[in-house]
Amino acid sequence: MEKRVLVVEDEPNISEAIRFILMRNGWHVDVTADGIAAIGDLQTNPPDVLILDLMLPGVSGFDILKALRADPVTQTMPVLMLTAKGQAADREEAVRLGVTRFMTKPFANADVVAAVREMAGP
Amino acid sequence: MSKSSLTGTRIRARRNLRGLRQSDLAQMVGVSPSYMNLIEHNRRRVSPALLQAIAHALDVSEDALVEDSDIRFVEGARAAALRTDTDIVDLERVDEFTGRFPGWAKVLAETQARVETLERVVDQLNDRMTHDPYLGAALHEIISAVTSVQSTAAILNDGGDIAPEWQARFHKNILNDSKRLAEGAVALVNYLDAADDTESGLAAPQEEVEAWLARKGFHLAVLEAPDRAALPQLLRAQVELSSDASRVLALQWLVRLQEDARALPLDPFLDALAEQGMAPDLLAVRFNVPLQQVLRRLAMLPADDARASAFPVAGLVVCDGSGTLVLRRAVDGFPMPRFGGGCPLWPLYQALHSPGRPFRVPLRTDGRMGRQFVAYAICAPDTPPSFDYPPILQSTMLVVPEMPQAVPQGQPALVVGGSCRTCAQTDCPARREPSILVAFA
Repeated sequence: MEKRVLVVEDEPNISEAIRFILMRNGWHVDVTADGIAAIGDLQTNPPDVLILDLMLPGVSGFDILKALRADPVTQTMPVLMLTAKGQAADREEAVRLGVTRFMTKPFANADVVAAVREMAGP
Repeated sequence: MSKSSLTGTRIRARRNLRGLRQSDLAQMVGVSPSYMNLIEHNRRRVSPALLQAIAHALDVSEDALVEDSDIRFVEGARAAALRTDTDIVDLERVDEFTGRFPGWAKVLAETQARVETLERVVDQLNDRMTHDPYLGAALHEIISAVTSVQSTAAILNDGGDIAPEWQARFHKNILNDSKRLAEGAVALVNYLDAADDTESGLAAPQEEVEAWLARKGFHLAVLEAPDRAALPQLLRAQVELSSDASRVLALQWLVRLQEDARALPLDPFLDALAEQGMAPDLLAVRFNVPLQQVLRRLAMLPADDARASAFPVAGLVVCDGSGTLVLRRAVDGFPMPRFGGGCPLWPLYQALHSPGRPFRVPLRTDGRMGRQFVAYAICAPDTPPSFDYPPILQSTMLVVPEMPQAVPQGQPALVVGGSCRTCAQTDCPARREPSILVAFA
């Protein structure tokens, strides 16, 4: 069965590029820009990997990550956090909250594909 | 004014450096305190015999009191020395150094001043990069556009089969993001260029007011006059205050500072300061005014009068009940953040939690080049009591460069910073975020 990635990203051109490179590598990709709605969807229909932007309108990626780690259903879900903020404090906070991988923008497409593949496991 | 006519000023400065009260020095040389007061205000000539006695009491050469071995050079050389490893610098001989090599002392003092100015600029720029909401949003926008362009261009460049509709979509995305990137870059450059100008309308009203006051030396002659009606007229003529908001804010502060000047008239206040030394609490009692009024007055003294009284240029920070800094007067060596709150260890915030209780705390700024200060702080209601609102509090902190006589001996200095981001104190329990200084060390 095709593995699924959910991309929570409010920049449509970035999420479109991520969607294309992952689809081309055999993934099923869903995209949403609505972080608040994503929290509910993640619990009812958890993806194999979540790609999560840090700065979203209305809610931060940290808040979503915190909610995921507090729910047994999504506690171990692999999360790749993408951010334009590469400050050490943000990285440390993401690690503290239980992020799986942390990647700063701009990123190399190959790095995103490799990270998703590694996080999803065999 | 001739060099010798400033002898009194130099005597006062040297006395303060020694931590002596005016009455102590008068007793040591056998004159009355009131006569010594006249001498220090350059209102009486000093006889050769008395000059010799004063020089002996102050442990300086007579030349140091009559020649223009400017006290600023002594202070500059001392500040430069404090930045280095004090074990290898003989601080006790700074007077001798300045007296023997006035030219080199001037170079050292000017270099020191330049270093401090540059450090302050770096501090402000870093603070701005971190906390300026416009800059943060602009950079985020540019990085997002760059990410999209790079990722999409890489897809098109990688080869392989790309359906025509995807290709068309990607080309369109690159075009749109390129435009967005160009516009964002231009807007950012314009913003940064404008910020370099004296005034641009882009600065917050508080920043405009503080910058304007700084250019006036935080004092206007009109403040010493009782005519409140003159203030709005004065402000209308200030092109540097570019918005109505900044003029309203400036008027609020000028009215308050004028009230301070009325309650603490300049000449009696300077005389009292000379007699009692750096004792804001005693000055408040003497003039029957709230302590915060004395702190503001000390920070806003006319520069020439302050210098003549050997009172150093002092910094001032005022915050409201939320901790938001509502007025800042910077002082060399004591960093103040442009955005966000200050160091949580500042006595300003201690006072905020204990309204009515005065704080006098020796401070040392963080880092190897830390400087010594004494902070005086008090928090008090800023409005009359009301059944309808909680108390509206305001906390005031005066930051005075080290005056040895101001603090009881043995009281240890509290190490503080300006903001966590630029503070290198690694084990601080109040740290809000990591320091860039430590991260890159």
